[in-house]
Amino acid sequence: MEDVAIVALAQTPCYRRYTDSEPSLLMGLVNQVLAETGLERREIDFTIAGSCDYLSGMPFAFISNVDAFGAWPPVYESHVEMDGAWALFEGFVRMQLGDIDTCLVAGSGKSSPGRPREIFPLQADPYYHAPLGLDPVSMAGIQAQCLLNTGKASERDFAEVVSRSRRDGQSNPNAQVTADVSPDELLKEPYYASPLRRHDLPPISDGAAVVLLARGPVARALTKSPVWIRGIDHRMESHHPGLRDLTALPGLVTAAKKLGIQSAPIDVAELCVRYSPEEIILCSALGLGRDVRINPSGGPLCGHPVMASGLVRVVEAAQRIARGEARRAIAHAASGAALQQNLLCVLEGGA
Amino acid sequence: MERCAVVGIGQSKYSKRSEDLSIDGLVRVAALRALEDAELTFSDIDAIVIGKAPDALEGVIMPELSLADALGAVGKPIHRVHTAGSVGASTAISACTLVESGMYQRVLTVCYEKQSDGNATWALGGGRSGSQGAGGSFAPWIREYISRSRAPEHIGWQVAVKDRRNALKNPYAHLHLPDISIEKVKESPMLWDPLHFLESCPSSDGAAAMVLTHAEGAKRAPRRPAWVIAHAKRTETIQFPGRDTVKPAAGVECAKALYKKAGITDPRRQIDCAELYVPFSWYEPMWLEGHLLCGEGEGWKLTDSGATELGGDFPVNMSGGVLSSNPIGASGMIRCLEAASQVRGTAGDYQVEGARVALGHAYGGGANYFAMWIVSSEPAPAF
Repeated sequence: MEDVAIVALAQTPCYRRYTDSEPSLLMGLVNQVLAETGLERREIDFTIAGSCDYLSGMPFAFISNVDAFGAWPPVYESHVEMDGAWALFEGFVRMQLGDIDTCLVAGSGKSSPGRPREIFPLQADPYYHAPLGLDPVSMAGIQAQCLLNTGKASERDFAEVVSRSRRDGQSNPNAQVTADVSPDELLKEPYYASPLRRHDLPPISDGAAVVLLARGPVARALTKSPVWIRGIDHRMESHHPGLRDLTALPGLVTAAKKLGIQSAPIDVAELCVRYSPEEIILCSALGLGRDVRINPSGGPLCGHPVMASGLVRVVEAAQRIARGEARRAIAHAASGAALQQNLLCVLEGGA
Repeated sequence: MERCAVVGIGQSKYSKRSEDLSIDGLVRVAALRALEDAELTFSDIDAIVIGKAPDALEGVIMPELSLADALGAVGKPIHRVHTAGSVGASTAISACTLVESGMYQRVLTVCYEKQSDGNATWALGGGRSGSQGAGGSFAPWIREYISRSRAPEHIGWQVAVKDRRNALKNPYAHLHLPDISIEKVKESPMLWDPLHFLESCPSSDGAAAMVLTHAEGAKRAPRRPAWVIAHAKRTETIQFPGRDTVKPAAGVECAKALYKKAGITDPRRQIDCAELYVPFSWYEPMWLEGHLLCGEGEGWKLTDSGATELGGDFPVNMSGGVLSSNPIGASGMIRCLEAASQVRGTAGDYQVEGARVALGHAYGGGANYFAMWIVSSEPAPAF
């Protein structure tokens, strides 16, 4: 394996409504990581981005995002119609070929122009599910109900996840929704999509994140605190809720085993908890105990820029390592309703 | 770096409306045919890479989620590429990279479009009314090419006829027009000057798939593998003053990087045949020039001389090309797999005799995305 490190990173605040364009969301971040490392645009060997046409309400929306990467003269570049965390996956894989030294990875999305609950049913199987309007919020409610029915969690557990996350978010300058609120207070709120309450859902956010990858010696030359990607894996679960135990993630368990996440202590886990019950399912699948600090940033419950939210988890985890607050961390990204697709990335500090 | 080879190819029949198949069924047909060709099953596959053009074409967002079960991807990594019209070739390259990284040994890659589920021209126009269509975007640049190169008007008609005649030899092709002729092309309605109806690609349903594997896997393959010798991608900003839209710099640089990686110094002679992304007839001479397969102003002469016909000294689009089958998101992958099919010697009635080195190509967006690969019957062809 080629040693690949994150040498610079940047993220925008989570905005309820960012009124300028998506390329301008990205442009500032790209300039920031270039300035930090002293690299010129032409010194970036490969660029890969993740975004979603449907959020912008326009096919080929991602084409204008290449302006933010400075695609003149022409650049070696690609795009996944997925969260930026999957762009990171492809960037990491591409660097394993050993013929390039630097890779710029981006994820961006503006959810504010649309109505996510009307858009995202189109993610479901078009023949049997989409006509039912089966949206991710309803699916999260069904998943939460499965946790309750099997005795794996209580509504208080959901409230505790929210209370801790929103409190942690108070120290995150990029968070959008934060609060100092107790589980008891949260449990007094009415249901929104039973058994979920409004606060069990993430806010609607606009935002972007960027990371710059570099190979071994180049990484060491570019920063004093490289954050090494020790492994990255992602797995799909079945699309059909009836074929799944919605409280388990066998695919993610496979990924965690393959990456050996339990082979050394994990200081921090940044998990893509879009709905509070997901944290319980993720911690159980990953075997994370109480000794692991979960989502010190507050996680997506404090700000969820769809298409960047997974990459933001990587940024948050890497930042803690770069600042010396953690030695080893895992970052998780999710796609689809009811945690259908999951990505896991293991990060470590050290020269 | 691990080597990558194509050991399985599968395609659905391309058609105006694939009425008997769901999207799941369509991708599964292509995937199963590719696996059958490789004598492998879904359980042998380590990772899946899919590609397609905008989700708005079918109205299904992030289809890797709903297609996971049909593609045997449950419990496995699957990711989805989208680089506009070049996506089919970009997806092939992405899948190839997975193998070359040494992280995955057998990768299934599938591209598709089911255009009959939506209205492609509406979707390509940004979902707004009054779309000029893809032809409307490209026609001004084609006119500029004609004015720069002083090409006679029959060149476009000639490409339209040649590709449709080639398609008659390809059982998977969407358009089978046995009575195609220069007269018919020229008399067909003018859509976007100088492009007539018959100089334009159809709107198709279809899926294409490949199984890619590493050197060990290629040795064990039941049929001759196609070795990926080189691949390259280039993108440029879509619009700015002074941009050369006839011969975009990204296309030139993509070709240069590709040939350099392959060790090719004289592409016209060292490459035996090419599947170029030609959705509108004039793009054949334009890409011959734009990808340095001939000098500037020489592309139309090459076409005119018959060199690009099946049996010519540089056959282009032996399968019938995009002009005969165009499930947009798959069209680039079809170019890549048809190139592979030629060097595997499995191209049937449109086989180029002795094809050893072939080029697969796609472009997209406002001709600002390029993705290309070179495949060979030999792992390290000497030039």
